[in-house]
Amino acid sequence: MKKMRKLTYIICSLCLIATQHLGAQTPKGNVLIKNATVLTVTQGTLENTDVWVQDGIIKKVGQDLSASKDAETIDATGKFLMPGIIDAHSHLALDVVNEATAPITAEVAIADVINPFDVGIYRALAGGTTIAHGLHGSANAIGGQSITMKYRYGTRNPSDLIMKEAPRTIKFALGENPTRVHGQGKNIQPRTRMGVEAIIRNGFNEALQYEKKWEAYNQAKGQKNSKAVPPAYNLRLQTLADILNGEIIIHCHSYRADEIYMLINVCRDFGVDKLVFTHVNEGFKVAPELAKYTMGASVFSDWWAYKFEVYYSTAYNAAILTENGVITSINSDSDELIRHLYHEAAKTQRYGGLSDEQALALITINPAKQLGIDEYVGSIEEGKQGDLVIFDHHPLSVYAVPQMTFVDGIKQFDINEDKDDQRLKVSPTERVEPVYLQVEEESCMHGVELFTEGTVLHHSY
Amino acid sequence: MKKFNLTIYFLLLLLFPVCSYGQIEGEVLKPQNGKFLLKGGTVVTVTNGIMENTSVLLEDGKIKAIGTGIDAGDATVIDCTDHYVYPGMIDSGTRLGLVEVGSLAETQDYAEIGNVTPNMQALTAINPNSVAIPVTRVSGVTTALSVPSGGLFPGTAALINLNGYTPDQMYTGFKGIPMNFPTSARRGRWDRRSDEEIEKDAREALKNINEIWERATTYMKLEDADASLTYYPEMEQLAKAVRGDLPLLIEVNKAEDILKALEWIKEKEVKKAVLTGVSEGFRVAEKIADAGIAVITGPVLALPSRSSDRYDAAYSNPGKMHKAGVKVAIRTSDTENVRNLPFNAGFAAAYGMGKEEALKAITIVPAEIFGVDDHLGSIEEGKSATVFVADGDPFETKTQIKHVFIDGYKIPMTSRHIRLYQEFLERNPGLEK
Repeated sequence: MKKMRKLTYIICSLCLIATQHLGAQTPKGNVLIKNATVLTVTQGTLENTDVWVQDGIIKKVGQDLSASKDAETIDATGKFLMPGIIDAHSHLALDVVNEATAPITAEVAIADVINPFDVGIYRALAGGTTIAHGLHGSANAIGGQSITMKYRYGTRNPSDLIMKEAPRTIKFALGENPTRVHGQGKNIQPRTRMGVEAIIRNGFNEALQYEKKWEAYNQAKGQKNSKAVPPAYNLRLQTLADILNGEIIIHCHSYRADEIYMLINVCRDFGVDKLVFTHVNEGFKVAPELAKYTMGASVFSDWWAYKFEVYYSTAYNAAILTENGVITSINSDSDELIRHLYHEAAKTQRYGGLSDEQALALITINPAKQLGIDEYVGSIEEGKQGDLVIFDHHPLSVYAVPQMTFVDGIKQFDINEDKDDQRLKVSPTERVEPVYLQVEEESCMHGVELFTEGTVLHHSY
Repeated sequence: MKKFNLTIYFLLLLLFPVCSYGQIEGEVLKPQNGKFLLKGGTVVTVTNGIMENTSVLLEDGKIKAIGTGIDAGDATVIDCTDHYVYPGMIDSGTRLGLVEVGSLAETQDYAEIGNVTPNMQALTAINPNSVAIPVTRVSGVTTALSVPSGGLFPGTAALINLNGYTPDQMYTGFKGIPMNFPTSARRGRWDRRSDEEIEKDAREALKNINEIWERATTYMKLEDADASLTYYPEMEQLAKAVRGDLPLLIEVNKAEDILKALEWIKEKEVKKAVLTGVSEGFRVAEKIADAGIAVITGPVLALPSRSSDRYDAAYSNPGKMHKAGVKVAIRTSDTENVRNLPFNAGFAAAYGMGKEEALKAITIVPAEIFGVDDHLGSIEEGKSATVFVADGDPFETKTQIKHVFIDGYKIPMTSRHIRLYQEFLERNPGLEK
């Protein structure tokens, strides 16, 4: 009898483990899109071409394809197909954004505050955006770890929105935001751009010392009769050490050319080359340096003049960076812009005359490279994930209207079939729905009002 | 020896004007007035259809002639083959010239202290040399309404053409009095008042407005009776709205508030009123059309006001209102990116308004609303030479704007954004010094 009980227990626990594993899998879809003008981004434009997605992966790209029975067939004659749009800077669907309590908070993680119920996710999908980089805010010189999200709308589980293949990323911030929050707001370093550099160098150096202590301990404990005591575990310093060891990609909020140049040099000193700059309005002034030493720049299409550090910007930024060989992407940092990044990318044709291929790369393969996920997404190639968007006009035309959006081969948006109200969760006690005059968009400076009393921030990015 | 040196300098001085025909390195380009012939392009008149292979003669600040075979005479000829000529675009709601750097209070001039300050003149506070002005006008947006914001009656808005060195040189014939109608909507997600508190605040504000309007009406009657009045600038200005000299530009967005505003206009017999904002106008479009009140709405590139709204509520709003018979103008509500006006119109066009009506919404319709359609809003003989030349549809991002004329001045096609592009496209020294 005892043996039977033991066996039962073993079988039960095996079943439990199996079902847990099943629960953790994200759903994958099958679809056959026929006869579209396929904008592959990496392999040119293919006319009258079919794309077949099976189990969430692009199985075949070609002509006159037939698919398995469980794949819905969509006639895309006269329509355009492009890869799902990737936004490298977003705060959409995050409950909070800024752990503004210290100038370095590398230990916190945005993955902990994902809100899967935000209807903004659906609205981004209706604009063709399938992946977004959920960022910590810009209150701290070294902020928390960010998370790359796939917009699998409809789930109640925040973990389902996490793109598991994506490498770790972290947020840095330079310039007015950290100096305003800590220096002006709390009278602690950094108060100036000098202080920002010092904070970062101090953080890196402390991480090196921390690592040394652990190395010493690890060597010592192996010895016979070792009395070695481990150093106190410090997640903040461990995360900084991970950055120095190349395990985390830095995305640094920055504006002025001199501070961009500063961080490039700091990273070179510490041997860090996984560095992407974001906002980087004055990136065009240090384009040669960005091209040589970084993984690129993620910029606005045309925002400027909302703060002093962006007064000397130009809408030609993305074009100048691209022409100088910098891996450039266009981001939104806005729940509103994320819905028409195809239009924001198209502005580089007005401001700098970029070609169709160059402009489309800014919202597909380039942000994929900056997030370290270009092996999986960012172009329409066999073997990549089935993140696709169908447009009725070429996406770079102002008249383009997204028709359908697919994530992992599953249709997430359909302009003809979807109902108007896409909320997942409606409060049962709310009698009248609130109407907002200004729909507040999650921004880089959200949550730091406590520290910025007295200063008037209109666009706080 | 001294004399010899003087001669050299004198000669050099004489040579300078001769050398300055082309652009000398470092020379500043200035607006040029004169006679111009825009030759052989496609003229999009807005009011009289599209004319192919047609020329437009600009002289003395006016559109002198439109047609084929116009003799150039001594006019500078600009070849417009394969190009399009449009009337200058009008943005009917901006803060252009009233703020330089958004986050710096020292540069903000659009919101004065006080709840009732209709006498605050936006026009005189406009900075004609704002860096955003050249950035804007090279996009073909030539005209903007600069609007104060703040309390119930924040000031007097003014329509300006984006050329000139003093506000009076820029002023182009329209002023209006904005009124922020009491709202029962939440100001933002940070607005944590209860529903009851919001209703109470709205009722108080409406009562307040009625008292103020009453006082302004009394002032007007006394003024008309030539009574001797103490200095009361707020009422003196508001009396102009009561009398109908200046229209009220009523900012209102929530559907219920729009209906209340329409009722209020009728009840008070407001002589001239325009609704601005109107983001939920599509919900009550028939009512607005019945009341015969024109609407200025935007930005089109905006989020819906309700979480339950269809995602494209703001994109399709202008089109829906227009279909119901409302006169609709489009604004950006912006300052440094007023240049996005044609793209706002483009989205409105794509989501139901159609290209033709969307173009009207940023040309002839605002001109009519502001009563300046005698000189702006379309390409007609006798109107102001405020036009632009593009190599395609100005709503499309691929299109380049080639030439811009404002009041007959050819505008230098440069701005700080363009100069930065020219300097840094190929930086010298590059990576190595």
